Amino acid sequence: MLLIRCPVCAMDRPELEFRHAGQAHVARPADPGAVDDAAWAAYLYLRDNPKGVVAERWRHVHGCGRFFNALRHTVSDRILATYPAGASRPEVAP
Amino acid sequence: MADLTPADPGPRHILRGPAGGAALGGLIVPDQPCRAAEAGPRAALWLGPDEWLLLGFAAVETPFAVVDVGHRSLGFRLAGPRAAELLAGGVPLDLSPAAFPVGTCTRTIFEKAEIVLWRRAEAAWHIEVARSFAPYLCDMIAAIAAANGIGGQER
Repeated sequence: MLLIRCPVCAMDRPELEFRHAGQAHVARPADPGAVDDAAWAAYLYLRDNPKGVVAERWRHVHGCGRFFNALRHTVSDRILATYPAGASRPEVAP
Repeated sequence: MADLTPADPGPRHILRGPAGGAALGGLIVPDQPCRAAEAGPRAALWLGPDEWLLLGFAAVETPFAVVDVGHRSLGFRLAGPRAAELLAGGVPLDLSPAAFPVGTCTRTIFEKAEIVLWRRAEAAWHIEVARSFAPYLCDMIAAIAAANGIGGQER
């Protein structure tokens, strides 16, 4: 079982308490009326799928209930860092 | 040995808002994560950065949002020298005194049921569970106790 550090609870908590919530740092277009259909569809549906480190949203649903971001390596499944929602992505060595 | 008994069916409220550090009914609302404050029959349990479970408050005088959830959940007390061992059969957290010291509380899961777990003393625990999950919780605790040879009165 993965142990994931919740930045709100400041504790390492078991994976069972968490829900994955998709890619992090997906910015909504500031003026949705000004973007064309392709750009809007890309915002809604297109997500990265890299082999390597990804930034993801997670929710501590059976704990404090709060969303936060995590850097996870998609090959090793190792969580490299967790940080509060709204913070910028930290630099970590994979 | 570990005994599971129903806790006092007192009032329960959820407090929402930036209330950490505020004085409320003779205690200070904890602003440290996963900490509980207790004063006589009343207690405030940190559940989230703007969310607390209040136990035993007949009336709550506060400018923050308060919702009566007394209909929603039931409390149980689990006490005995092997209580932590029994809980570890269903709770995935590290319940050693170093990792989960007295006064720690948190929402977590017990098998398939979401619970609020609060360590009131070294060998005394308080469990809040949704009313409809209470029979499941009691049956699972009885099963874990039987499987591990932990005696006691399970109800």
